[in-house]
Amino acid sequence: MDPVILSEVQKALDRFKDKEVYVHLETTNGAYASHNNESFFSSGAYIRNAKVTYERAKITGEGPFRTGLKIPFGWVYAEGITHFEIDDKGRLLLAGHDFNGKLAVALEISETPFE
Amino acid sequence: MEKERHVLVVFPHPDDEAFGVSGTIASHVNMGTPVTYACLTLGQMGRNMGNPPFANRETLPAIRKKELKDAARAMGINDLRMLGFRDKTVEFEDENMLSNLMSSLITELNPSLVITFYPGYSVHPDHEATGAAVVRAVEKIPEADRPKLHCVAFSRNCVEELGEPDIVYDISAVADIKLDAIRAHRSQTELMLEEMAVKLKEKDPKTLAWINNERFWTYKFS
Repeated sequence: MDPVILSEVQKALDRFKDKEVYVHLETTNGAYASHNNESFFSSGAYIRNAKVTYERAKITGEGPFRTGLKIPFGWVYAEGITHFEIDDKGRLLLAGHDFNGKLAVALEISETPFE
Repeated sequence: MEKERHVLVVFPHPDDEAFGVSGTIASHVNMGTPVTYACLTLGQMGRNMGNPPFANRETLPAIRKKELKDAARAMGINDLRMLGFRDKTVEFEDENMLSNLMSSLITELNPSLVITFYPGYSVHPDHEATGAAVVRAVEKIPEADRPKLHCVAFSRNCVEELGEPDIVYDISAVADIKLDAIRAHRSQTELMLEEMAVKLKEKDPKTLAWINNERFWTYKFS
């Protein structure tokens, strides 16, 4: 993955506009967060292969970046995005890595279901 | 360490075996005992992606699958079962299905020793669900026919509630194999190994004890 280049990511987001796409969205602080630090409130969310069609999408901020997808009756968004990749299957993979390189958030968009 | 007929190790994540039991596994292999490692997931939800990142959410499973095979080779395990579950979802699966899967492994392999996590004392929800499934499967076997069940526990309350581990193996004779197993899970262990290498060089007693002693609690059926 490479550090986010806004124009590249925006171009990729626009490419999926008005198409049925599969979305992977996750945020996590790791299963050991509360074990390692009892005062830490552990939380996370995960959705894989949600099928959506969005009418607009935007990546914004000064880095780490925020990305929002406007869907017919609501929104999908992720905060803390630092890296991107358009993989060999044409999927847009966005990720936010913390200061140790650990994945903290992921938002991925694909025209075919993720494995 | 007693000579076993067959050892069955059941953990949910590639690398679960490396830290706690790889020395024990290598010791059994060295005695000529067949060892089966059944690993439920491919650790798809691992968070260490490197800096700069060498992996992403979609490439990580293939990387960890290869690491798991490399670790098994390092320990001399020639029966590695990858059970095809997804990381962090084991606790949401059907409990009967999981227990039946464990029962079928036990029936097929007829192990004299099963190693897994101690349910209630192993922190990660996948660890808990895996250990509980193994316990339910062993529980169904008439008491006289049950294999020994040795569990790994590391929650904050484990010694307080379970007492000191009743089995502690000094695996220093195969510590190199253990380090190779840990090293094989490079995507997840590289950062930690850098810190550990310094401490090992300084012969830090805590690090040496952590590497050389593997601790188990014999499961207490109620």
